[in-house]
Amino acid sequence: MSDILEVKNLNVSYGGIKAVKDISFSVAQGQVVTLIGANGAGKSSTLRAIVNLVKPESGNIVLNGAEIAGLPTDQIVARGITLVPEGRRVFSDLTVLENLKIGAYMRKDSLDEDVKWVYDLFPRLKERSWQLAGTLSGGEQQMLAIGRALMSKPQLIMMDEPSLGLAPIVVKGVFDIIREINKQGVTILLIEQNANMALKAADLGYVMETGRITMTGTGAELLEDEAVRAAYLGKAKEK
Amino acid sequence: MDWMTQNLPYLLAGISVGGQYALIAIGYTMVYGILRLINFAHGDIFMVAGLIMVYSTTIMPIYLAIPLMIVLTVLLGFVVERVAYKPLRSAPRMSIMISAIGVSYLLQNLALYVTGGLSQQYPAIPWISDTIQVFGATTKRVTVITPVLTILLVIGLVLLIKHTKIGMAMRAASRDFETSQLMGIKINSVISTTFIIGSFLAAIGSLLFFTNYTGVTPTVGAMPGLKAFVAAVFGGIGSIPGAVIGAFIIGICENIIKGLGWTTFSDAFTFALLIVILLVKPTGLFGEKATDKV
Repeated sequence: MSDILEVKNLNVSYGGIKAVKDISFSVAQGQVVTLIGANGAGKSSTLRAIVNLVKPESGNIVLNGAEIAGLPTDQIVARGITLVPEGRRVFSDLTVLENLKIGAYMRKDSLDEDVKWVYDLFPRLKERSWQLAGTLSGGEQQMLAIGRALMSKPQLIMMDEPSLGLAPIVVKGVFDIIREINKQGVTILLIEQNANMALKAADLGYVMETGRITMTGTGAELLEDEAVRAAYLGKAKEK
Repeated sequence: MDWMTQNLPYLLAGISVGGQYALIAIGYTMVYGILRLINFAHGDIFMVAGLIMVYSTTIMPIYLAIPLMIVLTVLLGFVVERVAYKPLRSAPRMSIMISAIGVSYLLQNLALYVTGGLSQQYPAIPWISDTIQVFGATTKRVTVITPVLTILLVIGLVLLIKHTKIGMAMRAASRDFETSQLMGIKINSVISTTFIIGSFLAAIGSLLFFTNYTGVTPTVGAMPGLKAFVAAVFGGIGSIPGAVIGAFIIGICENIIKGLGWTTFSDAFTFALLIVILLVKPTGLFGEKATDKV
């Protein structure tokens, strides 16, 4: 399987404080890959550096064989990566439909089919098409944020903590959707504190600690790993 | 009827001045909406538009001078943003505001240099400077044209913002730069568009304003600029309908006060209004409830 995204020796710092230290990882076409780790491990910084919302200090970010590190965000997005930001960040005073349309801002072709596709994935959004996004519940906003990202027809969707602040039942729905869109051919890079859910959905997982990748394995392997269980799943003492 | 003929000119003048303030105020409010910046140079761009008209009519016919003035004013607004504000995009908001004050003084002093400090006679524009009778009151045609033109431009602008792609991008960017970029929106072109629209409206505003006031001096932009700013704050800064309504209210009130014979106090009224608004309802008539970006 070919790698769609390859990150090599990426460093990110904020005014002298190193948030991401020389990490390398890759995301293969068609997979769900997850980065798990505690608060402040550098997960968000990694995603934000990939789309250049924070400037990478050094390192290579290669998308489909082309170097994209440091390109303007809009150009990176144009090449087929999108990021569902942490905290959803839907445009609260645009309607649901407008939020979807703005997700396809760079496209010039007809959007009707894709709007229909997103509405089929999220029937709740269709019911609320004309509502302002700010009036939606947290779970609906997360669906809208994902739907908005899908509208750009990305090859790779990155999601920053999609389960944050959502009720367990809604979290389950979000992960069902993640599997569903992956099945439809979109590669997914997911970062999560909810390691259990994330690893169950993932083909490949990386564990990040204080800016470094300390462990890697398939989702199932990491779920079984003693150290991962102790640190992130709270299940070490079971035996 | 007697009362009508006596007071109608003031009311008409008020509506007309209100329209001129509105055209300037939109520039303030749009820039604030997107950058959270009070563009102190906006009144001076309005003044420069007046000067461009003065000088261009000396070398070309008026029907060429007007489009040239509009183009150059728009260009000036665009260049000011690129040179003085864009490099400070990630700087603290205070820095960019100081930069705006700097641009304001720069434009005023350039104008002082060019004009030698003398008031320049604004060219009479045929047709719109003509004197007409409205219900027995004598006024210039521009007085009647201003509010109509203002309303038309505002409707056009609102349609642009509500129904076009760039309008949607402007609304999105005014809320959240980062997420807008993730949508592939080029934030810098959205900001430039905002300055272009603001300067365009200021150019039209200057055309209407100076047709009534004839003299262009280097500091002439200050007063209408300040009043338009008050109008924008009154209406709720960041809100376009707010700025327009605020501008009309201020224009009409000022002229009614003049009509009552208290001309000396008409400026004081505007600024007293600013103080009252800031004390009583700081977000203005239609201001956003959350004043800061999240």
